[in-house]
Amino acid sequence: MEATAGKARSRLVPLIFLLIFLGVTAIASVVAAADEPPKIDTGDTAWLLMSSALVLLMTPGLAFFYGGLVRRKNVLSVLMQCFLIMCLVSIQWVLFGYSLSFGPDVKGLIGGLDWFGLKGVGLEPFKDYAATVPHQAFMVFQMMFAIITPGLIIGAFAERMKFSAFAIFTLLWATLVYDPVCHWVWGLGGIVRGWGALDFAGGTVVHINAGIAALVAAIVLGKRIGYPENVAPPHNLPFAVLGAGLLWFGWFGFNAGSALGSGALATSAFVVTHVAAAAAGLTWSLIEWIKQGRPTVLGVITGVVAGLVAITPASGFVNPVGAIWIGIGAAGLCYLSAVVLKAKLGYDDTLDAFGVHGIGGIWGAIATGLFATKAVNPAGADGLFYGNPAQLWIQVKATLVTIGWSFAASLVLLKAVNALMGARAAENEERIGLDLAGHQESAYTVLD
Amino acid sequence: MKYVIAIIQPDRVQDVLAKLEEKEIHLVTVSQVLGRGRQKGVAEVYRSHKEPGNLLKKVKLEIAVNDAFLAPTIEAITGGARTGQIGDGKIFILDLAEVIRIRTGETGGPAIG
Repeated sequence: MEATAGKARSRLVPLIFLLIFLGVTAIASVVAAADEPPKIDTGDTAWLLMSSALVLLMTPGLAFFYGGLVRRKNVLSVLMQCFLIMCLVSIQWVLFGYSLSFGPDVKGLIGGLDWFGLKGVGLEPFKDYAATVPHQAFMVFQMMFAIITPGLIIGAFAERMKFSAFAIFTLLWATLVYDPVCHWVWGLGGIVRGWGALDFAGGTVVHINAGIAALVAAIVLGKRIGYPENVAPPHNLPFAVLGAGLLWFGWFGFNAGSALGSGALATSAFVVTHVAAAAAGLTWSLIEWIKQGRPTVLGVITGVVAGLVAITPASGFVNPVGAIWIGIGAAGLCYLSAVVLKAKLGYDDTLDAFGVHGIGGIWGAIATGLFATKAVNPAGADGLFYGNPAQLWIQVKATLVTIGWSFAASLVLLKAVNALMGARAAENEERIGLDLAGHQESAYTVLD
Repeated sequence: MKYVIAIIQPDRVQDVLAKLEEKEIHLVTVSQVLGRGRQKGVAEVYRSHKEPGNLLKKVKLEIAVNDAFLAPTIEAITGGARTGQIGDGKIFILDLAEVIRIRTGETGGPAIG
């Protein structure tokens, strides 16, 4: 009886989703608009569209990175979560997410709903964000960031979160945590942008934001059954390597695309992104080599991702040598947090979403305040090592504000979802695996 | 008739099969299995988290033979699988009650083929 009620309730969730989207879409379709005609640069537009595709590819890349690291019985659940986020957040973004993030400012805290349903977000440039590309190109590029950010969080609650709870949490988190933070840091009139904080491609907005939410999720959901003694190792490391490779590849769009044009700055961002990733992968391997006697595959790919995370906020402001230091620092600090701190504090951040993205993002944001130089980007600022200690303080302030909001809002959201519908899969579902329990599918057959 | 089960190192499979071939023993079933002996498996490391004593990958050979072929079979397996290192594996020999070839319905010794 109770099971039937539970089943009926779990079927209500998608119905509610559908009704909300149909309703919101209906309102959105009533509105449409036009602007004055400025100049589109085809090179810039080509690069931004290509970058958007590259950034989208990071989410399936992340799916394989995470999917390879979980147990066989949970791989589909991870791939599914990533793909559902691609669908869910894309629609959210078009309907109201973009407007909340980048729309006309309301008291520095949030964008208004004037661009609801992309009203007025047309094919002419919106010069205050990107002067040489169609407004919709900027919008779709930003959409890909909005998609991957909640995707990063799933690494923390992998193998144990109920799918329906995950879907609701993701929609709420994208709306109430990602969109406001995005507005503060990047939106016209946003408070953090007003302080002069530097975040070229999302160290604060994406990585700190998702990393802190990941820590909260790991704590609220609790440890997996049998953690840490009886949790099996990664079921398919080559998947994880493939995923990390796709992430590295896509990250060029993430960072170099954030130049919003195809010129010198994009080139510089491309170069430092690559250099930081390489330095971090190398450093992680060396640490393992010294500490364990052998470098591991999982270690080198984790190091690379940590380096990519850390260079993200700095990618438009630092030179290649600064990038090497950022990569080295990222590997060292993320190693400490994922390997030492996690074991000491005992939380179960399944795939080190906090350890790599949270800590890597914090280091990257701070390091931007150390290594930034106007020689790379005159529109940026000098950091501490270039004679401007004030920038370091601004970076710290932006970091603390993001940590505070992400922690508090994610905590409230997770507690609310938990109270409403139970966030965690039932014990027997966790034991048989989320692929079968959540989706009635299995990834690998034994016969045929 | 005997039923021979051998647990060997995965990297010795081709050598054992070649030795069996030499002695004209063609019938064999091969499976990948996990197991451990007294040495209790190997430790693996994931993000510096040590997993001590994981089960080892082994290969299991199953061979049905007529009594005259038992000695050559064992020679072939030991000859191909022995390295002298710990973990070379074991051979188990069981009495085989009956064999039936599904296609022809033959039974006993001739059915082993």
